[in-house]
Amino acid sequence: MEIAYTVRPRPDTGVYNAKLGMWLFLASEVMLFGGLFSAYVFVRVGAPPDTWPHGWLSVPLGTLNTLLLASSAVTTFLAWAACRARRFDQFKLHMGLTLLLGTVFLGIKGYEYHDKWTHYEVRLKDGRIADGHLVKSRTTDEAVVLKGRWVEDRRELLDGRRAHGAHEEIRIAREQIERMQNYAPRHNTFLAIYFTLTGLHGLHVLGGLVVFAYLWGPGSRLWHLDPEHFTNRVEVAGLFWHFVDLIWIFLFPLLYLT
Amino acid sequence: MVQPTTKTVTTPPYGVHAHEPDLGFWRKYVFSTDHKVIGIQYGLTALCFLLLGFFLILTMRWQIAHPGEPVPVVGWFLEKVLGSPASNGVMSPDLYNMFGAMHGTIMVFLAIVPLAVGAFGNYLVPLMIGANDMAFPRLNMMSYQLYFLGGVVMLASFLIPGGAAQAGWTSYSPLATIIPTDGQTFWLIGMVLLITSSLLGSVNIITTIVQLRAPGLTWMRLPFFVWAQLAASFLLLLAFPPLEAAGILQLMDKVAGTSFFLPTGLAVGGVTANISGGGSPLLWQHLFWFLAHPEVYVLILPAMGIVAEVIANNIRKPLWGYRTMVYAVLTLSFLSFIVWAHHMYLTGMGTRISTFFQTTTIIISIPSVILLTCLLISLWGGSIRVHTPMLFALAFLPMFGIGGLTGLPLGFAASDIQLHDTYYVIGHFHYVVAPGTIFALFAGIYHWFPKLTGRRMNEFWGRVHFWCSLLFMNAVFLPMFAQGFAGMLRRMSDGGLSYSTRMGPGIEGTLSDTILGLNNFILWAALALGLAQIPFIINLFVSVWRGEPVKSDNPWEATTLEWQTPTPPPHGNFIEPPKVYRGPYEYGVTAGQADYVPQNAA
Repeated sequence: MEIAYTVRPRPDTGVYNAKLGMWLFLASEVMLFGGLFSAYVFVRVGAPPDTWPHGWLSVPLGTLNTLLLASSAVTTFLAWAACRARRFDQFKLHMGLTLLLGTVFLGIKGYEYHDKWTHYEVRLKDGRIADGHLVKSRTTDEAVVLKGRWVEDRRELLDGRRAHGAHEEIRIAREQIERMQNYAPRHNTFLAIYFTLTGLHGLHVLGGLVVFAYLWGPGSRLWHLDPEHFTNRVEVAGLFWHFVDLIWIFLFPLLYLT
Repeated sequence: MVQPTTKTVTTPPYGVHAHEPDLGFWRKYVFSTDHKVIGIQYGLTALCFLLLGFFLILTMRWQIAHPGEPVPVVGWFLEKVLGSPASNGVMSPDLYNMFGAMHGTIMVFLAIVPLAVGAFGNYLVPLMIGANDMAFPRLNMMSYQLYFLGGVVMLASFLIPGGAAQAGWTSYSPLATIIPTDGQTFWLIGMVLLITSSLLGSVNIITTIVQLRAPGLTWMRLPFFVWAQLAASFLLLLAFPPLEAAGILQLMDKVAGTSFFLPTGLAVGGVTANISGGGSPLLWQHLFWFLAHPEVYVLILPAMGIVAEVIANNIRKPLWGYRTMVYAVLTLSFLSFIVWAHHMYLTGMGTRISTFFQTTTIIISIPSVILLTCLLISLWGGSIRVHTPMLFALAFLPMFGIGGLTGLPLGFAASDIQLHDTYYVIGHFHYVVAPGTIFALFAGIYHWFPKLTGRRMNEFWGRVHFWCSLLFMNAVFLPMFAQGFAGMLRRMSDGGLSYSTRMGPGIEGTLSDTILGLNNFILWAALALGLAQIPFIINLFVSVWRGEPVKSDNPWEATTLEWQTPTPPPHGNFIEPPKVYRGPYEYGVTAGQADYVPQNAA
């Protein structure tokens, strides 16, 4: 049994089924991320005074990731164009590049997550606060070693853009510690929304890469049977990828630059 | 020349398509990609959940009417399965909250929507538009499997330590987050599965309607049912994701310890909670109701579609104002996205916002009234055939009317202050969904049953089912308006006893014995309503094998395409791909001996 318009577009609507399905799916994705972005606005506008941090994320790394995704959008397009021109070798090349760029993006994202995960804020019983990265090799059962700085007031930590004193190695005896918490989602609402938004975005990147890897590898058998059908698949997967790129274009300024 | 419609029953083999490969039991009935099998899977599963949801509320009604007394008949079973929350067969307040939350969740997300969109939409939309299947058959199968999995997760949550979610189907934070059991986590995971299922389903239905319409089936020739399914699918597609976003955020609050919905300084049990704070409880309500209001229209639009089909078929004349109805449905769907905060007048979000949402809420009643009025005027001058499906469809009109009109006092911020969170609200939306949508679904089941099985359901027992259901539905829900006016709150596990005049004599605003006595009346009415469904259940299953066989493929003499197929339709639906030449409701025309012309008649 054949279902109509799986490959060729329906004349009066101008699209084939999967393309319309993808556009509808993306409409739903817009609403999903729309809900999360409005949550961002809500928690940011409603944040109590002196609690919303600035400049906690690395702008150079964020810029690099933006460039990576932007270039992958171009290579995705070129891969599709190669399919349209029936140049299978060109398709392999550009799709391979897309896979590479996406993977590097995720690698950098993973490095940023790790950086936050090993970053601790330690409040001592005397009220002082130590803030810095855990030096795991030298931390023992008796003492915690951080590479960071001392502050008197938590609010000094809020603006990461301002220059501050040099990082030194800090040794804190465990019995002096009142509370020790890493920069995980529970640390404050900024990190909570940061991890949620970028995490969900990262899952989308991962999903896109899985589909691309399939199309680049085992899925490319379809090319030899029905190149038009295969080109459609590349196009539809590419639509999804462009959407994921677009989400990042919103995430970058919201989280890194403001 | 009018093409003669089949006056006989077409049964397999169907000539040219006789050599369909035999798929075997698993591929044919369990992992099927045939939209009709998936529709039936949805239907049977959803009917089971409907019964379960009803059972939950029946035990709750016992607790409301007889607080602290052991639940008769099933008390021992509850204790055995659920343990301490039901010790000695008595429903504890925790168990009451659990059942309350799960009654709402099961009824909305696992029973009515899957029945209205999953079952009826899946089975009928491709048939009505002359397609051989849905646009994405495998996604369709996956959609059902995810729905089933979501249902399993929800059911499993009853059995974990601490039991199921207890914070109401609305799951307001911070309450939902700070209840120290895992029920809410299960609820959230179950919801994510259900949302994904409905996402796949709605993408599929919309694509099918847009892409796979038969040649000649233009937009204004679509049966109204298809329009209703299209609108409902758009609502599912666009309104559910914000709830998914909210679900993800609440899951983070629950599992990763974030504070999206937890404000600074939140104290739990007199102790300041160990959280970062800075979140907003209002945010949850906004995201939740952004889904949950359009969801109401997902519940009602397919029901309207079914009623329109059944009525058009049985008045033997065209629907009055078909175009108007189509535009009304589209307007309604659009407006349903900007009315959500009328559920939140008492949250302190501000009077200006209330005024805006009050205005849009009152505006949305206009297209609803248009739809109902068109259906009502359609009856005028028709030669009405009265039988079970038509009785249910006719009863839908006044019942939904009561539900809609009682909504107006809730839509005005001022009168909502008295009625908010009382039994009045319960009465209002149950009139919309229970004698409204469920009656329409019954009408649909009785109406399309001959197409599914080639047999009719028993008419006598159908009428018994109808009249008893009508009587007891009203007996259950009408007294709730009186209770609500008296100020009886909706979520109290003792049924309002602690606020009774007996507990505090002479205090203004306490609940009189008459009002509390209605609880007992409702209990017995609800039980009778349950018993009234027994003829239906028996009728449904017995008729599959023993019902009176139909004499034609088109026993109701209907115009729409789903009747112009063999009975039951084979995999691939039509013997010849149909072509459409006319609108959906050409009844009353003289065409030989018949008083109707099918859409595919040249």
